[in-house]
Amino acid sequence: MEAVSLNSLLWVGAVLFVCGVICMTTKRNAIGVLIGVELVLNGANLNFVAFSRYSPLALDGQVAAIFVIVLAAAEAAVALAIAMNFYNCHLSIDVDRGDELHG
Amino acid sequence: MDSLGPELATYLSIAWLLPLVGFVIEVMNGFGQWNRLSRKAALLAIACIGTGFLFSSYAFCRWGTETNWAVFAEHESHDGHASVLDNPKEVGHDHHAENKSAVPLAYSGKFYTLAKFGNLELSLDYYIDSLTLLMFCMVTFIATCIHVFAVGYMSDELTIEYVDHHAHDSHGHHVHRLGRFYRFFSFLSLFCFAMLGLVIAGNIFQVFVFWELVGICSFLLIGFYTERKSANVAANKAFIVNRVGDFGFIIGLMILWTYCGTFNFTEYKSGETMKPGLFEMVRTAEGELTYTDDTHETVALHTSNEHGHWVAPQGESTKRRTIPYMLLVVAGLGVFGGCIGKSAQFPLQTWLPDAMEGPTPVSALVHSATMVAAGVYLAARFFPVFTSEVLLAIAYTGCITLFVAATIAVVATDIKKVLAYSTISQLGYMMLAIGLGGWAAGLFHLITHAFFKSLMFLASGAVIYGCHHEQEMPKMGGLFKKMPITALTMLVGVIAIAGLAIPGTPIAFSGYHSKDAIVATALAYTQHNPVHFLLFMTPLVTAGITAFYMFRLWFYTFTGTPRDEHVYEHAHEVPKVMFVPLLVLSVLAAGCAIGGEHGQLFKMISLSEPVGLAEGVPASGVAQVTLPSHDDIHAVHSTAGVVALLAASLGTLTAFLLYCKPVVKPENIKNQFPGLHNFLVEKWYFDDLYEALFIRPSHAVARWATGFDRLILDGILHGAAKSTVIVSAIDRKFDEGFVDGIVNLVGNTTRRFGYSLRVFQTGQIRQYVMFIAVSVVALFAVLFALLPKA
Repeated sequence: MEAVSLNSLLWVGAVLFVCGVICMTTKRNAIGVLIGVELVLNGANLNFVAFSRYSPLALDGQVAAIFVIVLAAAEAAVALAIAMNFYNCHLSIDVDRGDELHG
Repeated sequence: MDSLGPELATYLSIAWLLPLVGFVIEVMNGFGQWNRLSRKAALLAIACIGTGFLFSSYAFCRWGTETNWAVFAEHESHDGHASVLDNPKEVGHDHHAENKSAVPLAYSGKFYTLAKFGNLELSLDYYIDSLTLLMFCMVTFIATCIHVFAVGYMSDELTIEYVDHHAHDSHGHHVHRLGRFYRFFSFLSLFCFAMLGLVIAGNIFQVFVFWELVGICSFLLIGFYTERKSANVAANKAFIVNRVGDFGFIIGLMILWTYCGTFNFTEYKSGETMKPGLFEMVRTAEGELTYTDDTHETVALHTSNEHGHWVAPQGESTKRRTIPYMLLVVAGLGVFGGCIGKSAQFPLQTWLPDAMEGPTPVSALVHSATMVAAGVYLAARFFPVFTSEVLLAIAYTGCITLFVAATIAVVATDIKKVLAYSTISQLGYMMLAIGLGGWAAGLFHLITHAFFKSLMFLASGAVIYGCHHEQEMPKMGGLFKKMPITALTMLVGVIAIAGLAIPGTPIAFSGYHSKDAIVATALAYTQHNPVHFLLFMTPLVTAGITAFYMFRLWFYTFTGTPRDEHVYEHAHEVPKVMFVPLLVLSVLAAGCAIGGEHGQLFKMISLSEPVGLAEGVPASGVAQVTLPSHDDIHAVHSTAGVVALLAASLGTLTAFLLYCKPVVKPENIKNQFPGLHNFLVEKWYFDDLYEALFIRPSHAVARWATGFDRLILDGILHGAAKSTVIVSAIDRKFDEGFVDGIVNLVGNTTRRFGYSLRVFQTGQIRQYVMFIAVSVVALFAVLFALLPKA
């Protein structure tokens, strides 16, 4: 089987990353933002995994990817808790309503 | 015999130091144990000075018994002196067989060395001769009487609220203050201590120390009623005028120290060697000066001891010391300058009348009997150092003083002022006598004067006390009936000072003898030096004036009709504590000089007479005056006695005719010579002269100095202050404008920059993400664009 080229993998990662960023910036719903974050993390994960093929043991990138996944899980838990509290405060999860930190 | 000196010194120093102990206790009000109503201070003061008198008398008796009273032995009065005087300064050790019986004339020794600077020793010494003993007895006795008198006189100070009718506060009310009974007696005790220290002093420096101490006491006592402005002014005047004289004193001391290197009067022990004192250095054992050559310009000092005599080293010895004759004169004049100030002689006499502002016991003790006599005492003590020029100056000073003061006394109306001027006049007599070589006569008068003048001052104090502090004689008159004891004791004093006697009998009061001795000396002196005839005429005329003004005082006060009913109504005889001292003193004033020049007192004084005076002193130096010998004086004694008595009787008669049985009204005479009267009332314009000569110029100089201070010095200071203020203002502007500006600018800029950044902080999460994304992209773009391609 012909290996998928690195470039293609990087492109997919880049597209995922950009999609995530766009999702984060355009979604007003907090859940949507979280989804964008997941996309960004996974885009980056893809890069780790892709580059790991070129390291001698081919493991370090994958370990980093697993760390990121664990991190993402923890982050999702925390972020959901934040979303709940946000809702308690604003009766909505529209992130644009939470601008108390404006200058 | 050798031990007599220290023994006498012990007794006398007890008498000397007891008043000091008294002073320390009294001035602290018995260490706070007494109150203002307590008489204990007075009792202590009297106890101290009275015990001092007992010790002095005992010392006197010891001296007498030890010498078998040889001095009073009746054999050949004149030759007796001469033989004793042959070997004068045998201080404690006899070299000559024929003097075995003779009395050593002086004992000297050292109490304590205060300090030693190189060759100069400052020590407390004693110098005791018959004069010292006499002065001790006289001072302590009179002081005791006056202390007792003062208990009565000062009794109105025994209160916690004394109303001073002569002093006013700023609202014109009488001053109310605490009574100062104990303070008065503490000052009196301090004075006694100082005066006795002056008398016993064995070196001229010690004399100077106590000289100033009596001056301080005088100052304190004159200014006793310190609330009265006149008392303050008088106290300052007395002190400042005395400074003028003391300036001369210090110059004299400096000259003597520079050339003689010692302050001691007579030879003293320094370590193991004997050194000569001033007297031995200047005079030979015969009382003559030694010159280095015939020009008589340099005096050789006698510094080496040969066979018990001090002689000048011969040849070019390294030990040879000399003093220019001129400087010896200046030293003598300088020391005499101190005497002029202290004894109120012309031209420094003006302080003494004003000193009468003090309480009357003070006038009696300090300003008539003792302190002012200290000048005469010092002049006598220092006689060996005086050259003939100095003696002539002393004689003329005394002569002018006695005349001027007597004439002023004639017109004075304040009872104490009359006595003050008469004191000045009598001190002039003493000075005159000393200047004429009548050493013993001068001191004779000093002692007799001390008795009768303190008597009269106390009597006048009694009058003032009896008349409720009225001092003006024109308001008195007829007081004899009211206060007979005072009047009679005063009369004793008046007769004594006037020098009245019944010719041909031994009945004569003390003043007759002493004044007689002085007039006789003057007569003998003018026979030798006819050019100085004024020195005889003036005292003779003044003897008449003295009798006149003293009897004027007595008649004015005690006889005639009362001139002020109010004063007369309230006048009363003084209490016992006051008239007993008067009675005691009047006995002595009348009788202390019994026998005249053959009496004990005069013999006693003569024993201390400087060497060489008895034979007369031939003319020498610039002055070219011959001092008469004792024989010369003796020869003219009866003549002088007659003329002096004549003058005194004339004066008395005039006073009687003018004031007792007025054949001519004094007012008529006064109106006849208004110019003269005014001249005398104005005290010969001496005060005005000094006002114009010294006080106004010094005020002018003071004003200039103030102006200089105000304008220049203050100007500089103010200018400096002002420029500092200006510089500070500029500095402040720089700080506020520039330094603060920079700091504020930085702050403001930072602040504004912060504000400008605020707009980016929107709080919109999505924007933040957007920014991050765009920024990252931009960063990449920039990096790709700028980084060199690999």
